[in-house]
Amino acid sequence: MSQAIIQVQSATKIYEGRTILDAICLDVFAGETLVIMGGSGSGKSTMLRLMIGNVLCDGGDIVAFGKSLRKMTPDERDNYRKSVGVLFQSGALFNSMSVAENVALPLREHTDLPEQTIEIMVKIKLELVGLRQHADKMPAMLSGGMKKRAGLARAIALDPKVLFYDEPSAGLDPVTSAEIDQLIMDLNKKLGVTSVVVTHEMDSAFRIGDRMVLLDRGKFIASGTPKEMHDSTDPLVHQFVFGLAQGPLTDRRRADGYEEDLLGYEHG
Amino acid sequence: MNTVLRPIVLIYSSIAEVFRFLGELTYLVGDAVAGVRRSLFRKQGRRLGWSNLWAQMDRVGVRSIPIVALVLFCIGAILALQMAPILRDYGAQDRVADIIAIAIGRELGPLVSAIVLTGFAGASIAAELGTMVVSEEIEALRANAIDPIYFLVVPRMLSTTIMMICICMVGDTSGVIGGMATADAFVGLSPTLYRHHTFDALKLKDFVTGLVKAGVFGLLISAIACRLGLGVTGGAQGVGVATTRTVVLTIVALIAVDLLFTAVFFYLGL
Repeated sequence: MSQAIIQVQSATKIYEGRTILDAICLDVFAGETLVIMGGSGSGKSTMLRLMIGNVLCDGGDIVAFGKSLRKMTPDERDNYRKSVGVLFQSGALFNSMSVAENVALPLREHTDLPEQTIEIMVKIKLELVGLRQHADKMPAMLSGGMKKRAGLARAIALDPKVLFYDEPSAGLDPVTSAEIDQLIMDLNKKLGVTSVVVTHEMDSAFRIGDRMVLLDRGKFIASGTPKEMHDSTDPLVHQFVFGLAQGPLTDRRRADGYEEDLLGYEHG
Repeated sequence: MNTVLRPIVLIYSSIAEVFRFLGELTYLVGDAVAGVRRSLFRKQGRRLGWSNLWAQMDRVGVRSIPIVALVLFCIGAILALQMAPILRDYGAQDRVADIIAIAIGRELGPLVSAIVLTGFAGASIAAELGTMVVSEEIEALRANAIDPIYFLVVPRMLSTTIMMICICMVGDTSGVIGGMATADAFVGLSPTLYRHHTFDALKLKDFVTGLVKAGVFGLLISAIACRLGLGVTGGAQGVGVATTRTVVLTIVALIAVDLLFTAVFFYLGL
């Protein structure tokens, strides 16, 4: 196996006294597509923010390209962020700028390239995601799938080594979702980047993932190849992967003191 | 909680909240100043983003000039009408010009311009930044290694401060013209005499202290708006709350700072 470029070492995150992530350990290997799965509130988006360096761990550490994110200076952290790209759940396009200006922004801010070169690079990035004809449109004029593709074009503007995707298929119809998945796979192949995808859409996860990690309530549950996860006998993994209505996840929700809450008493 | 202790705890927590907010504002202004310095000496990429700064100056200032001019023209006229009968009793109705010049140049010009700008620019900055927080745009900036302070706060603070000084000059002039027109029409004071009195009464220090106030007011408006806008939580409702809080807090802060300025200038004999 190739070397781990990002190592999550017992990463813990606490917000207002609540443990969101509890000593998570995982590695991201060069060239792979790692899918981080989990239900709502499992901490997968927080995991992504820690790996980007937008939020720092309260315990443990994340080592990216051999350097600890916690020990990096702000300038070093900015340099790390320039080497990664992020596609946010909503696309997070800057609404006051056109699609082309959004893609050009990282290039204008972080390089001294002449404007003509930036324009050519923007066209190349937009062509890669199939949006070259929509370069002059404002984000408000784009559909959900187009916004994600534009966000992806911005994420790859600086030719990153690692691409992070936060729920790339969320809120999209099945066809657009499959298109985005195909785009992720194509970009991996064409650009040779490493991808970390946070999702709870199983079809998408199995389509694009080389390896999978399952989180639940901030804890690491399991990891493995898509086949290993598919064949897992762990009841929690089995329920999540197959989207079953019966299992430990739903049993836990039912045993949360509903009766006591309804009747207004506590068991002694 | 004990009914005696409750108000004490409430007062204590309110005071602590005020000091916490003041501390955050100070940090934000400090970061913005450092951001200007850092962006001017960047090795790569754009320095400061002048186009962004011009756009903000246009949005913040240029569009509010007619409103400030109209409001201060009316205030100049009101002052003339209010003061003339009293001064006439003392046979000093031509001193209307002196009073209007001092009142507008030192006090009302900067304060009224700042209050208009709070509604115009402060609310708009808070709502814009708050919406950017909700739509993950601020997080996207950080993920792209772009500091939101340098990219968003610095142009807004600079443009509001610069434009506040410009607007104040326009407002001062408009207020004096309002007073002059009214004095000519209703008090019987000729424009030549009015102008003569105005220039006699208004010393350079009066004009300059008014402009210094205006600059500080501009910084205050943008700092409060940026702080509350960037601190939005809770989606669309949070944006609404931040916008309202910006207007209310800024007006209170403007009057408090104005009082502080007046007291300091009084003490220093300026």
